[in-house]
Amino acid sequence: MPVKAANDDPEKARRFRDAALPHLDDAYTLARYLLRDPVDAEDAVQECYLRALKHFDSYRGPAMKPWLFAILRNVCRAEFARRASTPTAPIDDVPEEAEQTPLWHDAQQTPEAQMLRRWDSTTIRRLVAALAEPFRETFVLREIHDLSYREIAEIVGAPVGTVMSRLARARAMLRSAWMAEEEHAK
Amino acid sequence: MTCDEAEILLHALIDGELDAGNTRAVEDHIAGCPRCAAQLRDYREMSKMIAGADVRYKAPLELRRRIEASLPQQAQVPSRRAVLRGFAMGSAVSALAATGLVAIVLRSDDEARIQSEVVSAHLRSLQAGHLTDVISTDQHTVKPWFNGKLDVAPPVVDLTAQGFTLIGGRLDYVDARPIGAIVYRRRAHVINLFVAQTASTERRAAKTETLQGFNIRRWSDRGLNYWAVSDLAADELAEFGEKFETAMRSGTAG
Repeated sequence: MPVKAANDDPEKARRFRDAALPHLDDAYTLARYLLRDPVDAEDAVQECYLRALKHFDSYRGPAMKPWLFAILRNVCRAEFARRASTPTAPIDDVPEEAEQTPLWHDAQQTPEAQMLRRWDSTTIRRLVAALAEPFRETFVLREIHDLSYREIAEIVGAPVGTVMSRLARARAMLRSAWMAEEEHAK
Repeated sequence: MTCDEAEILLHALIDGELDAGNTRAVEDHIAGCPRCAAQLRDYREMSKMIAGADVRYKAPLELRRRIEASLPQQAQVPSRRAVLRGFAMGSAVSALAATGLVAIVLRSDDEARIQSEVVSAHLRSLQAGHLTDVISTDQHTVKPWFNGKLDVAPPVVDLTAQGFTLIGGRLDYVDARPIGAIVYRRRAHVINLFVAQTASTERRAAKTETLQGFNIRRWSDRGLNYWAVSDLAADELAEFGEKFETAMRSGTAG
């Protein structure tokens, strides 16, 4: 373990453990949604914690969770790059131009009085995981991890306005998928 | 306001990120636009259903073990000789402390140690599912609960109207002494307000520090030391501290 030599301080390790390990489930959840693969998610989270320990000395905030998430996101992006360079692996959807096009209006055809159906957890997980990036990432940080727009903006390295428009699109897409699911279920 | 603008801004409304002026503008638009109103209703409903569903994943035990194993191990159990030496040192320190000299020298060190203990107590409260011993949003229930458990009656202030929901109280241990913790919630963020007695009755103005990613706002007033700990942003924690102190001054504590 190359980083270990530089981090052989038990007191620092204890502080790191106290501060970072409580967020393990959160980090793993984010990695599962970003990478959509349990094994890759485990590897990414482990790499994230190694990097975090390495930089823990210089850590002065923000809150621990967004700090870990920013590291984790970088690890996941490296994994995307690796997948993209492996011809057999599925190339992930990153429709950059989707951000430029206006919001989807297809949900407006549904009657305004129609209420959304309640789906089970497995279906909701699947619908969220099916969202395209970068909308999925923003959506998960907001709806599942309850981070503020400012925290999300810092993690994804984009202005708050971009976070807001990505979230708008993510929710519009999810609403459409949510209603389309009903058609399947019939 | 047009539908295109409202379609973006209504998300900030749902997420509580909109200022008063824009909130008014969006609400006015929605009142007259059934299509945007339906969207707002659906997005709120979706958020609620997602919050109520089990959409998180639990890290596999094996992953936890792997990360633990990659951390440097804890210090070895101290040898008998080291324990004895520590004991001798301790006696020397106590003897000096009696003169009152060391107390001043040690103070900043002590402060740092207690701060780190307060953060650890905050973390424990989040981890162990042991946030509160008494669950109540009523200050008149929380305050009497502390009776007989502590040598000091911690003031319990209801700040729900100011955006900080009182959720209960807890007995914790800091600096090897029982200490009262009053628990508040702001959105999904927990605030632990630790209260301990101090010999000094002078008022010390609040200052905020960051430790391990938590903000700690510390102040003293009327013989009590306060530490408010949370992962809330520093400005919001400052708002909490100010509201608390204002309420204390106006005498609304339960």
